Amino acid sequence: MHNDNLVEIEDVEFGYGARPVLKGINQTARRGQVIAIMGSSGCGKTTLLRLIGGQIKPGQGKVRVAGESVNELDQTGLYRLRRKMGMLFQFGALFTDISVFDNVAYQLREHTDLPEDAIRDLVLMKLHAVGLRGAAQLMPAELSGGMARRVALARAIALDPMLVMYDEPFAGLDPISLGITGNLIRRLTDTLGLTSLVVTHDVQESLKIVDYIYFVSEGVIVAEGTAAEIQASGLPYVHQFVHGEADGPVPFHYPAPPYADDLRLGAQRA
Amino acid sequence: MLRQSIEKLGHRTIQGVWRIGFAARFFLAVLLHSGTAFRRFGLTIREMYFTGVLSLIIILVSGLFVGMVLGLQGYETLQTYGSEEALGVLVALSLVRELGPVVAALLFASRAGSAITAEIGLMKATEQLSAMEMMAVDPIARVVAPRFWAGVISMPLLAALFSAMGIFGGYLVGVQLIGVDEGAFWSQMKNAVDFEQDILNGVIKSVVFGIAITTIALFEGYDAPPTAEGVSRATTRTVVTSSLVILALDFVLTAFMFRGLS
Repeated sequence: MHNDNLVEIEDVEFGYGARPVLKGINQTARRGQVIAIMGSSGCGKTTLLRLIGGQIKPGQGKVRVAGESVNELDQTGLYRLRRKMGMLFQFGALFTDISVFDNVAYQLREHTDLPEDAIRDLVLMKLHAVGLRGAAQLMPAELSGGMARRVALARAIALDPMLVMYDEPFAGLDPISLGITGNLIRRLTDTLGLTSLVVTHDVQESLKIVDYIYFVSEGVIVAEGTAAEIQASGLPYVHQFVHGEADGPVPFHYPAPPYADDLRLGAQRA
Repeated sequence: MLRQSIEKLGHRTIQGVWRIGFAARFFLAVLLHSGTAFRRFGLTIREMYFTGVLSLIIILVSGLFVGMVLGLQGYETLQTYGSEEALGVLVALSLVRELGPVVAALLFASRAGSAITAEIGLMKATEQLSAMEMMAVDPIARVVAPRFWAGVISMPLLAALFSAMGIFGGYLVGVQLIGVDEGAFWSQMKNAVDFEQDILNGVIKSVVFGIAITTIALFEGYDAPPTAEGVSRATTRTVVTSSLVILALDFVLTAFMFRGLS
């Protein structure tokens, strides 16, 4: 293992039942970097995050985080490792029955013996980092989508993790919230010395903030490189994805019988 | 056609057996992870408020009306034999042995069981349970076990309150409205109701019902497909399954508890 690599994925294969999702993935994430995992819906990006978090185990291959083989850990070991990880879910996954403050304080209360005064200060610092110190007493139902995502980000970094995973952090956000979230991911990674793994569809926003990109298609990594390399890539799939073209290696039409047959044009003529 | 039907039947049977096995493992996991529910008893007390205290109105009002109906119907039957004074015995035994535990359990399943399933199901659908797991917090220990023990503790208390309210309803109708002798009403009740055979057995029944309802409600929520339709169906299944299980368990428990009693 390279000392600089926080996450290492080696020949990982995974499937849901008989349907293969990942077919031999090799990927690394260097410490202090923002890494993007891109690809069309259903290509296995979120599955990769779940493998790294130990929520599922690969059928084959190894997933290592900070030198520990995630798929070989028991529940105690896994929970110990997860205390050093943060995860931002697609829609925040905030606990709806407690306030913003209590959401951010949740892990601190569960995993530390810190006095309530210290917890208060830490929570306000984390909320200040995402610009929502003033929203501490609001309930999750009172937040906009972008604010909920930022609170979830404050909660994810509450225990100062070494790795933060983001599942579609830009989905459904207005341009202002999108810019704020992107900047936060970059700024928090740099200032807290984190490693960030971002699963996203949003090409333009992520190209601005990431250090390295992996493109996943049909369960394999089809391209990788820095933002500049990806933008200049001549690979048809990457070109279609980056430029948002409707047709290409990923066809516009779902596989179907010939159009004329479906409309029974031949039968009418006969 | 026949082959398809048999295949479908076989598939459903296998699914059913698999689900029962999963539910049994879930129940064992809840018991094994119950430490948090007692170490941090505040979590259980908070859930007791939601499942128990918030069910009080429906339990007390229903108990009162059931007792009043028992008073009316009981008096009607007993006066044919000239035994109106035994109305207190009839009302009390009906309530503490059967109606208290069973009707309170049915109401508890509808009011609290459905709420538990919907809450857990929505927590799953909105990834709150996954978020908890990713924060190294075990949802079974932190979310499920406190709700389980809150239900198990609340159920006998609610059944006792239902019976007490029912007896009061029977008293209102029998003694205050119809005019049955008050002394006979209470003294005959006191002589006829046995603490161990009647009251304790009623409590045992309601504890068993509490375990059954909360297990079903929690399992259905935890196992619900993470969609609006999935949660809705799981909530319905909780009420239907709990009601049938309560009635079936009541028969089995009654057969064991009250056989041979005169």
